[in-house]
Amino acid sequence: MLLSINNLHASINGKEILKGIRLKVDKGEVHAIMGPNGTGKSTLASVIAGRDVFEVTSGDIFYKGKNLQKLPVEERAREGIFLGFQYPVEIPGVSITNFMRTAVNSLRKYKGLDPLSGGEFIRMMEEKKKLVEITSDLTNRSVNEGFSGGEKKKNEIFQMAMLDPTLAILDETDSGLDIDALRIVANGVNKLRTKENAFLVITHYQRLLDYIVPDFVHVLFEGRIVKSGGKELAVELEERGYDWIKNEREG
Amino acid sequence: MRDLIKEAISKERMIDLFSSSRDIIFSEDSPVISTMREKAIESFTRIGFPTQKMEEWKNTDLKDSFSRVYDYHLKPQSEFVDFLKVFQCNIPHLDTAILGLLNGWYISKDVPLMELGNGIIMGSLSEARKRYPQLVEKHYGKYADDTGTGLTALNTAFARDGIFIYVPENVRSPKPIQMINVIHSDQNLFLQSRNLIILGRNSHLSFVHCDDSYNHQSSFSNIVSEIHLDENASLDHYKLQNLNNSSTLISSVYFQLEKDASIESHYLSLNGGVLRNNINLVFNGPHGSANIYGLYLMDRKQHIDNHVFVDHIYPECSSSELFKGIIDENANGVFNGHVLVRRDAQKTTAYQSNKNILLTDTAKVNSKPFLEIYADDVKCGHGSTTGQLDPESMFYLRQRGIGEESAKMLLMFAFADQVVSKIAITPLRNRIEDMVKKRLQGELQICEQCVLHCSTPEQPVDFRIDMSKI
Repeated sequence: MLLSINNLHASINGKEILKGIRLKVDKGEVHAIMGPNGTGKSTLASVIAGRDVFEVTSGDIFYKGKNLQKLPVEERAREGIFLGFQYPVEIPGVSITNFMRTAVNSLRKYKGLDPLSGGEFIRMMEEKKKLVEITSDLTNRSVNEGFSGGEKKKNEIFQMAMLDPTLAILDETDSGLDIDALRIVANGVNKLRTKENAFLVITHYQRLLDYIVPDFVHVLFEGRIVKSGGKELAVELEERGYDWIKNEREG
Repeated sequence: MRDLIKEAISKERMIDLFSSSRDIIFSEDSPVISTMREKAIESFTRIGFPTQKMEEWKNTDLKDSFSRVYDYHLKPQSEFVDFLKVFQCNIPHLDTAILGLLNGWYISKDVPLMELGNGIIMGSLSEARKRYPQLVEKHYGKYADDTGTGLTALNTAFARDGIFIYVPENVRSPKPIQMINVIHSDQNLFLQSRNLIILGRNSHLSFVHCDDSYNHQSSFSNIVSEIHLDENASLDHYKLQNLNNSSTLISSVYFQLEKDASIESHYLSLNGGVLRNNINLVFNGPHGSANIYGLYLMDRKQHIDNHVFVDHIYPECSSSELFKGIIDENANGVFNGHVLVRRDAQKTTAYQSNKNILLTDTAKVNSKPFLEIYADDVKCGHGSTTGQLDPESMFYLRQRGIGEESAKMLLMFAFADQVVSKIAITPLRNRIEDMVKKRLQGELQICEQCVLHCSTPEQPVDFRIDMSKI
């Protein structure tokens, strides 16, 4: 099992957000996490990535058989966990080129590989940019600075392609995208799917799942996964809305 | 000889020294300069040294600097070495004309003043006073504030040498002129040098001013520079400060810009015990423009104080200030920006920005941007931010596999680079980028602190981050 989350409880500033998550993800699988706003979807993504503002109060996360609890953010990333941010951060003065070169070479060092030469790195960048149809000038700009919503999300997928993760968590990558950008982003993801990696796609809407077809769909509600099923569950949610789940819970 | 004091500095001691050493101090003066000295010592007697009771010095404490014992040479020492043999500029591909000051005195070799074919004159101020009294006296002491500023008055009273540069009308200096102000002594030193730079109409100059020290002795420098830009002249000015931790530097620069003149000034402070930059700029005609940038990287118990005063007298001038600082450990930063827009200075644009990153709980910044506006049709603004490295950005970088230390470095470098990237001389910019990286990583050694070649060869540096442009 690639990722195994057991009875995970997490809180921020003393407020419990995740109240006993159980989830298993294996290689080659795409899992969609759906649910209304404010139920803990982004928190789950952040906790897996190791963001320290959240406190894990009980339960655990195993990834490649390792307990993640003690692993800092960068170690998790080097072990192959990638988080596509819902709101990618603008970092003025850091060019995407320097940022990615530092990141790629950090990963390579961790794996005991030599750093890429300038030429090799440029070739790699050119190749991965095509995947998300990025026009050339994007890469010489500061990270996300002045990017449109669509550019930011494309840039996330571009980074994912550069880092070639084993587990990619995409946190509402579809939010703020028009249909063309959505198609480009989804195509990028589909091209990166292999038997060796897995995706956790967090989304509010079913729309993205028309393009990235999941193997499993989970509904997160009030900090717990309350329903799991196949891709048809997403369609049902789209038709019936989340109230149906709420009513089922309360009833 | 009475050309030396060997005790702590005090107002009384300086006044005594002035009256007992008149034969040395006045020895080469014209009547104009002598009169100026007399007036200046009167002002100093009235004002004295700065104390923290003065509003302008509230956040900078010089008590410790004054309490040390210094040598003060009123005459150049005889054992001057061939400057260029000892110190070579270590900026690859930077082609500059070099003027050297050692302990405040111009290092002449055989030529105290160079007169170039294009009319540019450069060299020792003391020599220029003798050879070009009219040119010097037209500007000397005209911009520096002797009546209101004690340290400037003291400098005017005592100063006998420094750098002189004159760029005539319609001449563009073919290469940057670099002034290297080195302090090197086995004794603690007090020094007061004086610089005068004159740019004729439509002229242009790139001027790199380096303040460096070469050992761990204490020093106290009270340096005054006057820089005059005639109509439509332009100056690209760099002030680079790398001094040891027991040095005190009070640098007061007085810029006066006539109609259509423009300057870009860069204050890059990488090291120093107590650094105080007084930057005074007067627009003495319409359509002038000034961009003043500052970067300071302070740690340990270092103290930096940037005081910027911009006086908009005439209409349609624009000024902007961007000062950025990274303050670590127990270091202290002060920014005081004062823009005065007088009643007739309509259509002024003025902007001040001061941004600081504090890396520890004990690092401190006092930031006070201040606009004083009497004209009604102006565009002015100011901003000041002080905080830690952005945790969101840190998480983002680390999530991509970049280690915490490297992520910090990347963010700090990016922060600094917004000032460094404004340096127009490419080899200088590359070298400063390199020095900023080393400084941020704690690898900038005292013996290779500056842009000069030191006696020890430069060690290869293994950067954890490869920032090289590819």
